[in-house]
Amino acid sequence: MILTDSLATFGRYCLFVRRVFALPDRFKIFLKRTVQEVSKLGLDSIPLVIIISLFIGAVIAIQMQLNISSPLIPAYSVGLATREIILLEFSNSILCLILAGKVGSNIASEIGTMRVTEQIDALEIMGVNSANFLVLPKIVAFVGFMPVLVVLCMGTSLLGGYLVAVVTDIITESRYLYGLQTMFIDWYVWYSLIKSLVFGFIIASVSSFFGYYVKGGALQVGKASTDAVVTSSVFILLFDVILTKLLLQ
Amino acid sequence: MIEIKNITKSFDDRTVLHSINATFYTGKTNLIIGQSGSGKTVLMKSLVGLVTPEEGEILFDGRNLLTMADEEIINLRKEIGMLFQGSALFDSETVLGNVMFPLVMFTNKSKAEILERAMFCIERVNLLGAENKYPSEISGGMQKRVAIARAIALNPKYLFCDEPNSGLDPKTSILIDELLHDITHEYKITTVINTHDMNSVLGIGENIIFINKGHREWVGDMSMIYTTSNQPLNDFVFATRQFREVREYVAEHGLIQSSQK
Repeated sequence: MILTDSLATFGRYCLFVRRVFALPDRFKIFLKRTVQEVSKLGLDSIPLVIIISLFIGAVIAIQMQLNISSPLIPAYSVGLATREIILLEFSNSILCLILAGKVGSNIASEIGTMRVTEQIDALEIMGVNSANFLVLPKIVAFVGFMPVLVVLCMGTSLLGGYLVAVVTDIITESRYLYGLQTMFIDWYVWYSLIKSLVFGFIIASVSSFFGYYVKGGALQVGKASTDAVVTSSVFILLFDVILTKLLLQ
Repeated sequence: MIEIKNITKSFDDRTVLHSINATFYTGKTNLIIGQSGSGKTVLMKSLVGLVTPEEGEILFDGRNLLTMADEEIINLRKEIGMLFQGSALFDSETVLGNVMFPLVMFTNKSKAEILERAMFCIERVNLLGAENKYPSEISGGMQKRVAIARAIALNPKYLFCDEPNSGLDPKTSILIDELLHDITHEYKITTVINTHDMNSVLGIGENIIFINKGHREWVGDMSMIYTTSNQPLNDFVFATRQFREVREYVAEHGLIQSSQK
């Protein structure tokens, strides 16, 4: 029963995505809405990304110093390990799990509210492809802005670690900076960006799907918002494993 | 004109509409009335294509909605205006933005022409001065009028209204009724109104279809309703003492001209 329900839901999701990826009725309106979504979903996420990245970067640097301090391990390893953790996992997977909470719930509740207040029905009656009109700008805007957030996250997290070196005496600045530059593999940056694009698509499309098919009232909109965040998070973790296997081996 | 023939709709094992036949005339206010749960909302949703009946035909001036290709349905919908129960205005747009929306989406008019048409519609529903306000900043009655302005922006051939008076005070309800009636006659629109407001029934019911438990129980106009012998309809329309007194007054003073049907 659960399996058939899940398959039915996945089928509906595929049909929904097919409707979303139609040609926009009016390209000019599509562009205008996409710019608005960049502001709402992307630019508005920047403060959250900066705060979280700065603190987590600092915490990673401190924990690396505490856990790998040994006469056998070079001191610059703190910077190196901090960089690898940030590039490989934090700036994409963990960041996207956090954004699934902020952006995912925002999308699901906005579209869900439009559904229960009949605004989506009004669009359909007018002859507008509501899925395409409402959702495509969100996906394009969020996926398109994702690399900016990821690069910002990388930079701010590394800065957080650097501030630890500056403010405390647990590691010197020069060793931290040397560690950051040692054995740098630029593919890791691309790997992080590729993963974030996939995760961005998951967040925007899954959350839109849950919002679009809400039935009922305010209570159901809240539930759809929670379901959107949980489902997006599960799919991010699943695709994290798949993409890591595909891209790093 | 819209004709519906043998419309049947079920949800799971429950049949909500039983072989409904009706005609909605051009230039008249056509009312679908019935108790809550009688199936009138399903009928309205079937008419606009939000619900697909299992059987029957829905003919928009001879064009069957149920056998149309997607492209034809999209084109037909551009001839339809709809007023939703909750107005369904776009929260993120101003009054002007809401009225301009269908014009921007579906016409190739210049910005100045679109603005002119939108302002004309806003003026038609007596909302000049409120064009820069957001839906959350205006009253329920004003929201309904904005929804009417948006619905008529593209000069629709068909106008559907789902309980246009719900949640409004009696005075505003009458204003909305009069507005819908005037617009229908002025622009020769086929207007279909789903209501259980008895003031609307007795005020603007030029063609009334009474739905009872999913069956078309009665068809007539507002004058016929006073003399009908149909018991479910009498129970529904004259449920309150005030309306029974109105019926008695009308009968006593010989104000009825049409015969029952």
